[in-house]
Amino acid sequence: MNWTWFHKWGSPKWFFQKTESLIYWFGFLALIFLVVGLVWGLAFAPEDFKQGNSFRIFYIHVPSAILAQSIFLAMAISAAVGLIWRMKLAHVFVETAAPIGASITLLALLTGAIWGKPTWGTWWVWDARLTSTLIQFFLYLGIISLHQSIENRDTASKATAIACLVGVVNLPIIKFSVNWWNTLHQPATFTLTESPAMATEMWVPGLIMVLGFYMLFAYLVTLRMRSEILEREKGSAWVKAYLEKLNVL
Amino acid sequence: MYFDSFAEFIAMGGHGLYVWMAYAAFLIILCWNLMAPKLRRRQVLETVARHWRRQELNSTKPNLEAEPLPFSDQDS
Repeated sequence: MNWTWFHKWGSPKWFFQKTESLIYWFGFLALIFLVVGLVWGLAFAPEDFKQGNSFRIFYIHVPSAILAQSIFLAMAISAAVGLIWRMKLAHVFVETAAPIGASITLLALLTGAIWGKPTWGTWWVWDARLTSTLIQFFLYLGIISLHQSIENRDTASKATAIACLVGVVNLPIIKFSVNWWNTLHQPATFTLTESPAMATEMWVPGLIMVLGFYMLFAYLVTLRMRSEILEREKGSAWVKAYLEKLNVL
Repeated sequence: MYFDSFAEFIAMGGHGLYVWMAYAAFLIILCWNLMAPKLRRRQVLETVARHWRRQELNSTKPNLEAEPLPFSDQDS
């Protein structure tokens, strides 16, 4: 296998130049998917025969929960890459993805609570799925504050990466909590092996929203990574050239 | 369109409060996620621009050791 792509994408300069146009595609696709998914889910999808229109919260809640877990997994993989191959860009990803992941986990918790009130009759229960997701939110906050509390950049990156690898044990707990314990929360809607047990016109907008959330994350994390690269590489000639091109120098 | 009127759409069959609260939470968190990187980028561009302006200032400053100043103590 040819590994040149790995080295190229590990180079901050290469990443910065390649994402210059790529980022507009991420933003554009996110906008299209989110607008289509939202309008479809809110106004065109049929209501649930048991839950009525409160079911429409599904179109925010499920994509945000899926994305929040995916971000954590991506951070853990990236942290491992950063620790093993000492790839700085991998650490930049971990550190810029963490605040996005925290905010998306908060969104999953908030929409879950709002959906819980009309469906279960309560905002919150100390149920396995809900509690493990709350733990994920605190793990994100812990990772962010750990990174901010260490002055030395390399030490901070290493500590943050190790925290990600430790925190990732919570992911299978969230994932299988609905199977392991008797919970109020329903099992997963979207699985890789089976089609959803839900009317097609109900789950298709949900899938579009999931894609929109992924694209939004790609856009946001690239935006943040590009700023961090500029700051880390501020002494390089190419950064100077970029600033001159922007007319800020 | 699933709803017959705009009023029905807003009411969401009595679940309007919950549905719109959830979508408002989404909007607020989306806005924060869009604003924060823009502010950070502006701050980074300022820091980097200051770094290079200072660099240029240093390189154009007269070299005090190579050239004697007009009123230096040459007769000592």
